[in-house]
Amino acid sequence: MKVLSSYEDGRLTLYFRGELDHHEAAAALRKISRTVDDYLPRECVVDMEGLSFMDSSGIALLLKICRLMAEVGGRAWVENARNQPLKVLDASGIDRMIQVV
Amino acid sequence: MKQVNYIKMEFPARSANEGFARAAAAAFAVQLDPTMEQLGDIKTAVSEAVTNAIVHAYPDTAGPVQLRLRILEGDVLELTVRDRGRGIPDVKKAMEPMYTTGGEERSGMGFTIMGSFMDGLKVRSVVGRGTTVTMKKRIRTKAGT
Repeated sequence: MKVLSSYEDGRLTLYFRGELDHHEAAAALRKISRTVDDYLPRECVVDMEGLSFMDSSGIALLLKICRLMAEVGGRAWVENARNQPLKVLDASGIDRMIQVV
Repeated sequence: MKQVNYIKMEFPARSANEGFARAAAAAFAVQLDPTMEQLGDIKTAVSEAVTNAIVHAYPDTAGPVQLRLRILEGDVLELTVRDRGRGIPDVKKAMEPMYTTGGEERSGMGFTIMGSFMDGLKVRSVVGRGTTVTMKKRIRTKAGT
C-alpha cells in the first residue's frame, strides 16, 4: 500500500493506493502521523479511489486518523471509496464516527 | 455436504502472508464463478481470520497457521483458518463488536465483518491449544442461479 499526500489551504488530502491490511497499517500510520504533525491541517480528506482492498485494519487506521485530527483541532472524512472498502466501512458502522462521502 | 474440491496450506504467522492467503483463497474460489462482490467478501473474511491468528494466537512467535478451503455440493465454499496458538478465553466476548485485546492498531471488528460477509461463522477455541474459525458462503452464480 502507498499513502500519497497533498496540502492546500489547511486541507490535507491522503491518497490511499493498493491494499490495506494489518501488514500495511502500521507503516501507513507512521507516515500519516508525521504528515499531520508537519502540516497541522484543519481538514483531512482520506481519498480511497486507489484502494482496491481493505479489511478491518483500515477501520482502526481511520479511527486513529480521526483522533490525530481531533488532537490538532481539525476533522477528517473519507471520499471515493470503492465497493469492497465501502462494504467494510458500512459493516463496521464507522460512519457514526467519520463521515463517508 | 459432499466435498467436491479442496486445498490446504500452512504458513508461519507472519503479516506478510496475509495478502498471499486472501489471494490464494480468491484464486481457488474463482472456479465457482463468483461475482466481484462475493470474491471481495471471501478475501475480506480470510484476511480477518488470518490476521487474528497472527496478532492474537501467536503474539510473540510465528507459529503455524493452516488455511483450508473446500467446495461442497450446492456451490458452497467453506473456509477454515486454524492455529495452534494461545486460544481465546471467552469466544462470546471476543465476537462482540469493538472488543479487542490487540491495542489501538486493531478495531475489534474482525468477527463482526466475518459474520456479516459470510453465510455462516463458527469459532472453536481452547486456551493453550488454539483456535479454529470455520466460515461458509453459498456462491450464487453471476447468472443468478
